[in-house]
Amino acid sequence: MILETLAQIQIRNRSGEGCVAENGFCPDWIANNIGKYWTPLLEHVYLTVVSVAIGFGIAFGLALLAHRRRWLTGPIIGVTGALYTVPSVAAFFLLLPITGRGNLTAIVALVAYTLLILFRNITNGLRNVPAEAVDAARGMGLTPNQILWRVELPLAMPEVLAGLRIALTTTIGLATLAFFAGGGGLGEQIYSEKAGTGGIFFKSNVVVAGSLAILLAAFGDLLILTLQRLALPWRRTLNA
Amino acid sequence: MSAVLAQADDLAQALGGGSSSLGCTPAPADRGAFLDALDFVVSERESISGGVCIGGPGELLHLAGSHMLVSAIAIAVAVIVSVPLGLWLGHKGRGEFLAVSVSNVGRAVPSLALLAFFVAFVGIGFTNVVLVLTLLAIPPILTNTYVGVRQVDRESVDAARGVGLSEGQIVRRIELPMSLSTIFGGIRTSAVAVVATATIAPLANVQSLGNPILEPQTYGQAGQLGAAIVVALITLATDLGLGVVQRLVTPEGLKRTAHSSTTKRKRFSTIPVLRRTQTP
Repeated sequence: MILETLAQIQIRNRSGEGCVAENGFCPDWIANNIGKYWTPLLEHVYLTVVSVAIGFGIAFGLALLAHRRRWLTGPIIGVTGALYTVPSVAAFFLLLPITGRGNLTAIVALVAYTLLILFRNITNGLRNVPAEAVDAARGMGLTPNQILWRVELPLAMPEVLAGLRIALTTTIGLATLAFFAGGGGLGEQIYSEKAGTGGIFFKSNVVVAGSLAILLAAFGDLLILTLQRLALPWRRTLNA
Repeated sequence: MSAVLAQADDLAQALGGGSSSLGCTPAPADRGAFLDALDFVVSERESISGGVCIGGPGELLHLAGSHMLVSAIAIAVAVIVSVPLGLWLGHKGRGEFLAVSVSNVGRAVPSLALLAFFVAFVGIGFTNVVLVLTLLAIPPILTNTYVGVRQVDRESVDAARGVGLSEGQIVRRIELPMSLSTIFGGIRTSAVAVVATATIAPLANVQSLGNPILEPQTYGQAGQLGAAIVVALITLATDLGLGVVQRLVTPEGLKRTAHSSTTKRKRFSTIPVLRRTQTP
């Protein structure tokens, strides 16, 4: 099945060869080759979803820890801030000797980038919970754990989700560079040095793969926004 | 790519004094990736393909200089464009949608895609790379300037207007100083993003510390890793340096209030989280 598709792509490649050889913007070539973007797109989604999910888990844990022990907030912001500052391309190459080429390196780096955004938003969300609400809950006899899960976290949700939206769009953007670490994704198509695609920065590739990355970010953003509207109808959504 | 390679080879040759009498030796073998990378940074060595000298402080300083030059010009242009625009929009209270959504859109556009688009459709070279980096730098500065001005206490502005300051004077003497810290937060965010993105400038034929990273044929793994370490350090230094500047430009009066618990968390936000005023 895959071989058949590949063979078809190869035959079709030849038909658009003139345009491709001149590195033009080739609508015909794009129409014929649209299928080849499917795998990179899925890889991109995979990298993003896995990284943001792991990042959210870690940041959530750290935020709960910092909520109990306030003095930890500064050091955690410092460390995650430093991780956030390291350029992604550099991070991928710094990790290569340790984790090797492949998805793992890409995911470790992408997770590192989500931490600051998510941690900061979760912490801010918890801090902005009105003190009266917490006092009222305590007055009703709720334990600290119950206050956290039933009062503080639900009230912090808009800021948590705003952070999730920023983390998601940022990660989709950074994942275009994940191919440097051997993680695939849409960046590989943008950068593509492979023969038969017109070489590096082939116009048609750049437009399609670049647009797909931007559309993916917009789609992800809208998805969380919709979830937020559905889950928290009583709150106005925050701007990301 | 070959043009970049040739250029880098020329450079390495100029530094190494020609291929006939190499002033360097092949890299020592088997020392572990990180030691090898450090060796690449501190001393010259023969390139992977042979014939030229690569690495060492000389070449890396040259590349770092080019890297910082293209970044600095881009940030300067972005500041000149977006700070006045942000001040004007913020002062008038107009264009909130534009000023805020520009950074949302900016975040969604991958830097590689933007650079690739320019290379494919506009062309390569210094000016184009500066343009790409400027486009990346504008959204955070514009958004932060707008948010900073809007956060200025409206009562202060009214008071200034009451004592007879003109609109221009209000912007220059009240709104600009009081939002300077937030504006510098935006410049800091942009500067870090620009210095990080300048790493892929060699794809558009502009020299930067990305050259060793993107040309493993010449520089090998040690070059990739060594340059990655240098790039990471330079970005961290940019962030810390601008953080100090940000603290210095914050007016004394605002620093004192920053110790109160209500405004403390603002210091963490390099990316502004803008809140719509909650209507009860």
